[in-house]
Amino acid sequence: MDVRSQVAMVFHLDKCIGCHTCSIACKNIWTDRKGAEYMWWNNVETKPGTGYPSKWEDQDIYKGGWEKRNGKIHLRGAGKRRGLVNIFYNPNLPVIDDYYEPFTYKYLDLIESPEGDDQPTARPVSLVTGKPIDIKMGPNWDDDLGGTPDYARHDPNMKNLSPEEQEVMFQLEKMAFFYLPRICNHCLNPACVASCPSGAIYKRGEDGVVLINQQVCRAWRMCVTACPYKKSYYNWYTGKSEKCILCYPRIEAGLAPACMHSCVGRIRYLGVLLYDASKIEQTASVDEKDLVKSQLDIILDPFDENVIRAAKENGIADSTIHAAQFSPVYKFVKKWGLALPLHPEFRTLPMLFYVPPLLPVMATVKKVDNKEQLDKMHPAAKKWNDNWLYDTSTEELWGSLDQIRFPLKYIASLFSAGDEEMIKDKWKKLMAVRIHRRRVTVGDVSNEKAEEVLRDAGINAETADAIYALTSLPKFEERFVIPAAHREQAIEMMDFTGDTKGDTGFGIKSQVKRGI
Amino acid sequence: MNYLDNFILIALPYLALAVFLIGSIYRYTNRKFQFSSLSSEFLEGRRLFYGSVPFHWGVLFVFCGHLLAFSIPKAILAWNSQPVRLMILEITGFIFGISMLVGLINLVIRRYTTPRLKSVTNYMDLAVYVLLILQTFVGLWIAYNFRWGSSWFSTILTPYLYSIFRLQPDTTAVVLLPWTVKLHIATAFTIIALIPFSRLVHMLVYPLNYLWRPYQQVMWNWNRKKVRSSQTPWSLQRPKNT
Repeated sequence: MDVRSQVAMVFHLDKCIGCHTCSIACKNIWTDRKGAEYMWWNNVETKPGTGYPSKWEDQDIYKGGWEKRNGKIHLRGAGKRRGLVNIFYNPNLPVIDDYYEPFTYKYLDLIESPEGDDQPTARPVSLVTGKPIDIKMGPNWDDDLGGTPDYARHDPNMKNLSPEEQEVMFQLEKMAFFYLPRICNHCLNPACVASCPSGAIYKRGEDGVVLINQQVCRAWRMCVTACPYKKSYYNWYTGKSEKCILCYPRIEAGLAPACMHSCVGRIRYLGVLLYDASKIEQTASVDEKDLVKSQLDIILDPFDENVIRAAKENGIADSTIHAAQFSPVYKFVKKWGLALPLHPEFRTLPMLFYVPPLLPVMATVKKVDNKEQLDKMHPAAKKWNDNWLYDTSTEELWGSLDQIRFPLKYIASLFSAGDEEMIKDKWKKLMAVRIHRRRVTVGDVSNEKAEEVLRDAGINAETADAIYALTSLPKFEERFVIPAAHREQAIEMMDFTGDTKGDTGFGIKSQVKRGI
Repeated sequence: MNYLDNFILIALPYLALAVFLIGSIYRYTNRKFQFSSLSSEFLEGRRLFYGSVPFHWGVLFVFCGHLLAFSIPKAILAWNSQPVRLMILEITGFIFGISMLVGLINLVIRRYTTPRLKSVTNYMDLAVYVLLILQTFVGLWIAYNFRWGSSWFSTILTPYLYSIFRLQPDTTAVVLLPWTVKLHIATAFTIIALIPFSRLVHMLVYPLNYLWRPYQQVMWNWNRKKVRSSQTPWSLQRPKNT
């Protein structure tokens, strides 16, 4: 057993309101630079949608991640042979149009243009060429199902759905969507690290953050292809690849990453997981249907005495083990079994888990006989003389899981490599917590009904209360359990951050200037 | 004329090699962030194929050809002792030279007709293009007009290059070569001198190491196992990065 610690995350999708505050926090701190304007280390996508870059989930196009051939895993579009042969021209590299060409507006024209018959306008100008452009795409171009025929309908996850099922999803009355915030998953089996020919990308042993050494990156661009989540970006100006650094300067100082700190819906949790590093390859190589299970199995119980001993032998600090025991991520992922990795079939063992969205179906539409009621009404009030009613009673809820607003198949293709039972299991738990809490706070659910529901979901009232508490009422220090970095034992403290603001990152003492 | 010969064949090589060595080492150690191939595939990914691929494979083989004639001249001469084999060698080299030239021309056209690439193009790129096109064209010209290059390179240029590296420059044979060959030599050394100042540095860091390193890389800031052990005196585990 080779115990290592990993700073892992849980995003609770039911709580995401799609406000993009996380994206803005990240952009302002890290990617507000020339060459990085198009990058969103943190972005929030609307699902169904094609995402950013367009159709990133379709590995037939982008060739990212690992694939299993003859019982072993290989990088799909990179690797030693492909990487070195394709080094002069990478056929699987997304280009800037797959993201969008960054632009700004000539705001000065609004006040400086000469007097004329027309209202002055601020024309869009490209941030690459500096010339006026015709905007084709921008950040969150398909937000909230905008341009559904062009975007949402081409969602790669639709592949598994029959045309009828897709049609149902896009009927105006039944349309539903949810948000999918994405950052780098800081995977246990990162494809970007494996694909980097110069060896610039590495996983930090202490906390598992995946970083690109800007001094060693030579712009061979293989990481952009290899990352199936397309979370490694090429800076076209400096000629270096960049990615989410999980705000490691903040984490080392005990602060939550900027995106998590600023999260309005408080959907984000960050904590330590202990895992067995000797089993990584084996875990990533199992059959597709067992991937989620094997990924959960590699995560160790931080209360187990053997695990604690092995962790100590491996030099993991007591404070880190302690943080692992209080980790909200451990609770969501292992203890309660509520969170799942995004696209486990890419086999990178992502360490960002999602609580699948229930898209609160706490009411069903029910046909009722309103005739008597309607007859009493004044004709002018009979505008809505239909016989449909929202039924918020809990009697029908359990049976409605299959007819839920979002096809189970769709959610399953996102979070469980197509295993619908697994999603149903999570949904049942989420629903059971709601029904249980309704019994406690509203009181219109019978005890028998609530008990039956809890039993069915496989949790007890105590667990349901704990899930409720960590979901709805968590304080800052419950959401982010960050272990001390113990830099006092290690290297010199950070340089003054003001000196390097606007540069590529910390730790580069020479001037960060493009090469010639 | 003698002065010019001396400059091109003696002064320039030493100057170029010195600039190349000192410049590359300086840039690698002090300006490491600027070590990059500065790929522009991200801004224009379709036409690059028709430029980058023929150019790079061409230059790889042509450079290796020159390197072979320099390092194993006797073997090359032995190979060339049969006309068929000589023809095979020369034609292969010529084809790769053509591929280089075609690639270069495509690259230049691409770079100067794609609006997006303007923002990542500087004067050094122009200098590199001009020198490389000149060098490739002159090289092809020589290969066509003064046959058979692989043989006379091994007998005339290899001893000359050896004499340069032995610090006893001997130009008696080389001065008699036509001016085009001298131009080829002069441009070659100019390009070598330009390497540390241009994007050409990327060829010095071709990632061969990738072939034998493990796929996954994990790095520790310091040896935590030792830090944790009470047996280790603190003074031995001083900060690693000081």
